[in-house]
Amino acid sequence: MASRAHPNRLGIRGWVGGGRWGFERYLYTLHRITGLGLLAYFLMHIFVTSTRVLGPASWKQAMDAVSGPLFAVGEYLVFAAFAFHAVNGVRLALIEHGFLIGPPIEPIYPYATSVGRQRPLAVAVMIVAGVIALWGGLDFLTLR
Amino acid sequence: MADARPRTVTFRVRRFEPGRDERPRWEDHRVEVTPGMTVLDGLWKVKEQSAPSLAWRSSCRMGICGSCGMLIDGRPRLACNTQVAELGSEVVAVGPLPNFDIVKDLVPDLRPMFETHRDLRPYLLRDDTEEQDDPTREYWQSPHELEEYLQFSYCIKCGCCMAACPTVATDPHYAGPMPLAQAQRYDSDSRDAGFGERREVLSGGDGPWRCHFAGECSQVCPKGVDPAKAIQLMKRDLVFDLLRLRRRKPPAAVAEAPHGLPREGIPPAPPRTVPEG
Ligand code: SF4
Ligand code: SF4
Ligand code: FES
Repeated sequence: MASRAHPNRLGIRGWVGGGRWGFERYLYTLHRITGLGLLAYFLMHIFVTSTRVLGPASWKQAMDAVSGPLFAVGEYLVFAAFAFHAVNGVRLALIEHGFLIGPPIEPIYPYATSVGRQRPLAVAVMIVAGVIALWGGLDFLTLR
Repeated sequence: MADARPRTVTFRVRRFEPGRDERPRWEDHRVEVTPGMTVLDGLWKVKEQSAPSLAWRSSCRMGICGSCGMLIDGRPRLACNTQVAELGSEVVAVGPLPNFDIVKDLVPDLRPMFETHRDLRPYLLRDDTEEQDDPTREYWQSPHELEEYLQFSYCIKCGCCMAACPTVATDPHYAGPMPLAQAQRYDSDSRDAGFGERREVLSGGDGPWRCHFAGECSQVCPKGVDPAKAIQLMKRDLVFDLLRLRRRKPPAAVAEAPHGLPREGIPPAPPRTVPEG
């Protein structure tokens, strides 16, 4: 019977849909995307800086290749991703160790959830990440 | 003056007939809305009036049995617990719970969820098998100890949380919110001694550490179980246990016989209705 059933797993679509579209779902998705982005940057960074072992000429060539305005924007995005990932990571580390979500309660309709309980923290995280990203943005602008 | 004409809505139902259909398809049915009508009532009307072969699961029609979890207007809900009027839409889209294979039409194959649930031993694990098989008294538990797990015990195993979880959506090996919350329900029961055993089952990396608090499970749960909370508390217990910070207590003992209370006037137990052995 199982073989005749039709698969219905949402896959990557499940990261954006499938539930009540809670704020935290988007933080979850953004955390994954920024995490992957930071990883990609990290690998690229290692690759670019490792050209130094090939001598000053290839180092200069590599540096020229990554000095365009597109890369400046890219670098800023990496910084903004870092700001979000770091601050949100602190929130997750706290919550995933059972803090700030409250003890088990009697479920009485309309239900209060741990998600609502930590919501102020989630909002604060977004604000702090936004301020850091903005401050970094000004820094990037004045540097150039 | 109120409009006397009966209001109708379109029930857009996901159909899939194994062996005949290549893939699921949508089918529209007009249904007259009556006051207080639930989505489940609407499905019955569709079945009576225009689609006799339409299949779904339901039983209690009062949010108790957990059979009728469906994807209603894009969100996992109980069909019997959702009023058509509350949706406020002209088209009510009803599909099977995602993240489970479709058996037929609106019937999801919940077996993977229940297999994980079973693997996590959702019952009191303790050494006194004799007492458990043939109890002399109840195990002693304080109201405070009861509150530690009571919320999680309201779960009706409807699977809505599994359908909403973005981790379940991409990771078929993840245990998922329902089985994990139920494991925590027993782990935090003062009468249970199965923490170590359940930790062994969860140690493969498909357990609570896959969860990153997207919180969808708790947002959709029709019973207020808050599985996301159970999972984070489970992680805390696991870490605290590793650091030797978790209080290790033997499971609650059998309650003492009450003394000093008059026992007269209490009628003897009725004869057994089930034959012994
Ligand atoms: S935790 Fe809630 S949504 Fe999940 S199976 Fe139990 S009752 Fe259903
Ligand atoms: S809190 Fe955890 S289990 Fe619940 S939906 Fe999010 S990732 Fe899934
Ligand atoms: S029919 Fe029992 S929960 Fe809906």
